[in-house]
Amino acid sequence: MRALRAYLRSPPALIGSAILLAVLFMAATAQWFYPNDPLGLAGRPLQWPGANPRFPLGTDPSGRDIAAQLFHGARVSLLIGIVATAIAVLIGIAMGAVAGFYGGWVDTGLMRVTEAFQTLPNFLLLLVLVAVFGSGIETVTVAIGLVSWPPVARLTRAEFLTLRTREFVQACRVQGLSDAHLILREVLPNALPPVIVYASVVMAVAILLESALAFLQLSDPNVPSWGNLIGLGRNVLRTEWYVSAIPGVAILLTILGVSLVGQGLNDALNPRLASGR
Amino acid sequence: MRIFRLALRRLAASLPTLLLILVGMFLLLQLAPGDTVDALMAQMGGGDPALAEELRRFYGLDLGVAARLGQYLLRLATLDLGFSAIYGKPVATVILERLPPTIMLMASALSFAFFFGLVLGVIAARRVNRWPDTLISTLGLIFYATPSFWFGLMAIVLFSVYLQWLPAGGFSDITRELSGLAAVLDIARHLVLPTLTLGLIFLAIYLRIMRASMLEVLSLDFVRTARAKGLTETRVVARHVLRNAMLPMVTLIGLQAGTMLGGSVVVESVFALPGLGRLAYESVVQRDLNTLLGIVFVSALLVIAINFLVDILYARLDPRISAES
Repeated sequence: MRALRAYLRSPPALIGSAILLAVLFMAATAQWFYPNDPLGLAGRPLQWPGANPRFPLGTDPSGRDIAAQLFHGARVSLLIGIVATAIAVLIGIAMGAVAGFYGGWVDTGLMRVTEAFQTLPNFLLLLVLVAVFGSGIETVTVAIGLVSWPPVARLTRAEFLTLRTREFVQACRVQGLSDAHLILREVLPNALPPVIVYASVVMAVAILLESALAFLQLSDPNVPSWGNLIGLGRNVLRTEWYVSAIPGVAILLTILGVSLVGQGLNDALNPRLASGR
Repeated sequence: MRIFRLALRRLAASLPTLLLILVGMFLLLQLAPGDTVDALMAQMGGGDPALAEELRRFYGLDLGVAARLGQYLLRLATLDLGFSAIYGKPVATVILERLPPTIMLMASALSFAFFFGLVLGVIAARRVNRWPDTLISTLGLIFYATPSFWFGLMAIVLFSVYLQWLPAGGFSDITRELSGLAAVLDIARHLVLPTLTLGLIFLAIYLRIMRASMLEVLSLDFVRTARAKGLTETRVVARHVLRNAMLPMVTLIGLQAGTMLGGSVVVESVFALPGLGRLAYESVVQRDLNTLLGIVFVSALLVIAINFLVDILYARLDPRISAES
């Protein structure tokens, strides 16, 4: 309750929540406002925003409604962001928990793997994964999750390292509880808050990665993604720059919302740190 | 000398990581549909299976996976990255040609982000919770949320199309024969927008870290001592706080070297820079797996090298590190 009240008192958190709610609203009502295929022909191509009342945000080089793509794109971005983040957080927690709890050679081995993933530029690894497994929307989402987990693993491991020697864990150990019980029921709940806060960073990066991939036309072309639209607008950038500009603003606002909510959560969950910022 | 030994030890510790990456990537690329020969045949407009067999034998693609992995690692030890069938040159040559623009881009983006992140972070921390701080922190949040490729495109619209101040892409002006200083200035002009584009998100991260770290150091006892002995505030910050507050930023350079290299793939593609990142993109599209594997190897080397430099820099900034070992 205290955390919730602290969250609601912080202006950045409120602005962030408002932005995210707006994006959620767009995603939820896309089918209702724009029941037709957003990637289908809607009108004359390259009409400027406001020029035709039927298309408040104009049309793209293929004569598709930009507003419709924006609404349906919100679904894609949120879906990819949430699923990829869930994958990354699950892998990260599993690796970090096992490494931090057991220590020793298990820790060394798992951290070597984590280091390998961090040494490799994550976007490059993403390119390789897409090259190997194709660029369907499911593949891209899983691939983004697969390249995003190392920081989560490091964070979880650090939490586990400090928590595993605490008295309450030792008390449970003395009672003869299993390792699985210790990890999942005792240590993990205490290690979770910073990981949840960090999940907002993972989600922001996941949305950026997908849009960058779509911009390079390496993501699923049959999905109305904001990045795809920016990539298409690039060909007419010198004259009809609005085609790229509009979806870019949508991405910017979404990431801003996610970051602000993350910051608000951080301040609410770690009140000791909040005072200095 | 001690510092150097410490950094060398860290360098040696990264060798298993490098091996892990190479083996992992090699096995991963085995899963790719189609190989170099398929890509070559497609480029030639098809051909009969006998020719494909012949080519596979020529490139050594008819052996088992384990044998080829062993061969690849052995060849890597002599810095032979194999042959790129698409470019018709050794992979090492192709990569070396593309390396300079990427290194220049990364160096300039890093300097830009580090310098302005430092300055803005210090200003924000010294005026904490007043309007300069609010303005800088808000800008930082917005920069962090801006997709780099979109910022690049918008910068092209503004500075190249409307204002016509800067070139829209490319690495140098190919219509003019330039030499000496003029050529350097020409390249610099071409790198302004890519540098801003790649550096923007790192600027946001650095200024946030610098601000937080300044605030933390400013509250420590030795700062109070420095103030108590009558130093001016500027001197306190410049001589005592800055050096300590910079440490987290230096750590971050090493941690984010890989992210920056990944970001240059997108930025080089926006500005048509003939660099390593664009080569990575091209080899994905053209299924030039040999080159892709070579790029992964060189990128990992680059990240390890940057971390090596960061270790040395870190130890110079913080004498406690080399004293501990």
